[in-house]
Amino acid sequence: MKELTVISGKGGTGKTSITASIASLAERRVVIDADVDAANLFLTLEHEVIETDEFQGGHKAEINPDLCTGCGECFQKCQFDAISITNSEDPIAEKSAGGSGTASQLAGKDGNKIREKFTIDPISCEGCGVCAHFCPADAISFERQICGEKYISTTANGPMVHARLGIAEENSGLLVSQLRQRARAMAKEQHIPLIITDGPPGIGCPVIASISNADAVLIVTEPTLSGMHDMERVRKLAGQMGAAAFLCINKADLNPEASENIKAFCETHNIRFAGEIPFDRAVIESMKMGQSLVTYSDGPASRAVKKVWQNVMSFIGETKERLF
Amino acid sequence: MIVTVASGKGGTGKTTVTVNLAVIAAKEGVEVFDCDVEEPNAHLFVKPHNVLTEEVSTMIPAVDMELCTLCGECEKICQFSAITLIAKKIMIFPEMCHSCKGCSMVCPTGAVQESSRTLGSLLSGESSRGFNLTWGELRVGEAMSPPLIKQVKERIHPDRFALVDAPPGTSCPAVATLRDSDFALLVAEETPFGLNDLALTVEALKKLDVPMGIVINRADGEKGIIDKYADQESIEVMQRIPFSREAAKVCAKGLFLVDEIPQMKALFEELYLKIISKAGSGRREIDQREVMK
Repeated sequence: MKELTVISGKGGTGKTSITASIASLAERRVVIDADVDAANLFLTLEHEVIETDEFQGGHKAEINPDLCTGCGECFQKCQFDAISITNSEDPIAEKSAGGSGTASQLAGKDGNKIREKFTIDPISCEGCGVCAHFCPADAISFERQICGEKYISTTANGPMVHARLGIAEENSGLLVSQLRQRARAMAKEQHIPLIITDGPPGIGCPVIASISNADAVLIVTEPTLSGMHDMERVRKLAGQMGAAAFLCINKADLNPEASENIKAFCETHNIRFAGEIPFDRAVIESMKMGQSLVTYSDGPASRAVKKVWQNVMSFIGETKERLF
Repeated sequence: MIVTVASGKGGTGKTTVTVNLAVIAAKEGVEVFDCDVEEPNAHLFVKPHNVLTEEVSTMIPAVDMELCTLCGECEKICQFSAITLIAKKIMIFPEMCHSCKGCSMVCPTGAVQESSRTLGSLLSGESSRGFNLTWGELRVGEAMSPPLIKQVKERIHPDRFALVDAPPGTSCPAVATLRDSDFALLVAEETPFGLNDLALTVEALKKLDVPMGIVINRADGEKGIIDKYADQESIEVMQRIPFSREAAKVCAKGLFLVDEIPQMKALFEELYLKIISKAGSGRREIDQREVMK
C-alpha cells in the first residue's frame, strides 16, 4: 500500500482541485480530506455518506460556580490566560484578586458579602487539566469534548474519509491522524493499494499529521513569489519527515519565468518534477458544477493533470516498499 | 484599533489586501503584523529593511534523574503524552509538549525543571513606504503556531492602527489571530470552495464576537454567490477587486497593486476609508460600553 499526500504550504494553489482529479483517475484508492477546518473535497467529488461518527477531541475544563470558593488557585496556575474573575462589580475586588490570585471575599455595595468566582474561557482553554487537578474544592470538571464529525462516504472508485471540525475547535492534528488510521484500516481490509490525502495549507500540526509516514508528497505550487517561498518551507518539512517529494506547478503559464525557476529548484533539491498545469477557466467551472476537473472537462488543464498523474504513479512506484 | 484580514480558504488574497491597504494607510499611520507564521508572505511584498530577529521559545520539561523518585505523577497529569515513565526512566517528547507546566507543578521532589524548545523567530523591520512590519516565522518541523502568533500580537500597540494578516482556516491559528480584533475584513472568492470556507469563518467570528465586512477578490463584475450570502447574513460587501491577468502578474512578482494599476489605487483608497469609518465607529461603541460598566 502506498500513501500520497497533496500539500502546498500556501493556500489556494489548487490542492483540492488536483486531489479531486487524481482521486477520479486512480483506479482504486481511498481518498482523505485532511483539511479538516476548511474541508472542500466533498464539494467536488460525487459521494454518498454511509457512516457518521463523532470526533472526540481534547478535554476542556469548566468551573462549577456553586462549588467554586474563589481561592484563585486555578487562576494562578493557568499558563494560557484562560481563567478570569466574574462577579467583580467592584474594580478594587478585581484588582486584588487579579493581582494576588488569593481568596477575595469582599463586602458588596449593599453590605452582603460577594464572593469572587472564576470562569474559564473555553476558546482559550488548552485542555491541560492543571486547574482541575489543583482545585482544592473539586469545582472544576474536565470532560472530553465532541469537536466535530467524521464521515465515510462512497465514491465511484473507492471510499472517501472526511470530517468537519466544529467551529473554532482545536485538535485538528488529532482528527487528521484518526482519519488516516481509519483510511489505512479500510485500505487493508478491502485490498486497496493507494491512499491519497488532500492536505491542509501551512506547515503546522495538521500538516505534520497529514505527512507523517506517507510514502510521498505531491507539492502543488504556483509560479508566484509567495508560492515559491511557501513551497520551499513545505519541501523542507517533507524532507525532515522522510517523505519523497514530487512537485507540479499550477497556473504555470501565468509566469513562465518563475515556472522555469521552480523546475530548476526541483533539480537541485531532489524533487521529482511531475509537470505543469496551465491556467484554465474549466477548473472553476468544474468546481461550480460539483465535479472534478477531469470528469468535467477535456481541456488543456484536464489533459495536463492526467499527465501529472501518470508521472506521480510512476514515481510512487519507485519509492521503497514499507514493512508494515 | 486592530483590523484583521482573514478568509477561511487559503489563497484568496489576504496578504495582497493587507499590504496594499498598508501602503494606502501609511500616511495616516499604520503598523502591519503577519500572523500567518506557518507561511508568512507579507515581507515578500513589503521588503523591510533594518530587520531585527529574535528567537522565540516555549517551556518544556527537563528531568533531573538524581531527584526523580519515579512516582509517575508527571505522566499522570500530562494530557499530551509529552512525558512518560518507561523502564525506570522519564522520557520527554518535546514536540508534544503544550507548556502547561503541569508536570513541574505536580512533581513532589522538584525533579522536573524547565528547559525550552524553539518555536521560531519574531522579526520586525521598516518599509520604505513608512510603516513597520512585524511577523513570525515558525520553525519548520514545529507543530504549534498559536504560541508564536500570540508573541506577534503582543507587539501590537493598543492605541495605534494595526493591520493584521491572518492564517487560513478556522482552527486554532486563525482563532488565536482573530480574537481581540476590533474588525475583521474577510477576503472571499466567488467559487463554491470560497463560499463554503467564508461561511465557516463568519460562524467563527460570530462566536468570537468580532464585527466584519467582506472584500470580494477576483470579482467578475456580476453579483454572485458571495453577494447573496452576504445579503442573507447582513454583512457589507465593502469592495470588489476585479480579476485581471495583469493584477495576477503584479502580485506574482511581489509588487504593490496600488503602485502598478491606477484603478487599484482608487479601489484600495475607497476600501481604506470605509474600514476606518466602520471599524472606528465599532471601536467607539465598545469603549462606551466599557465606560458604562
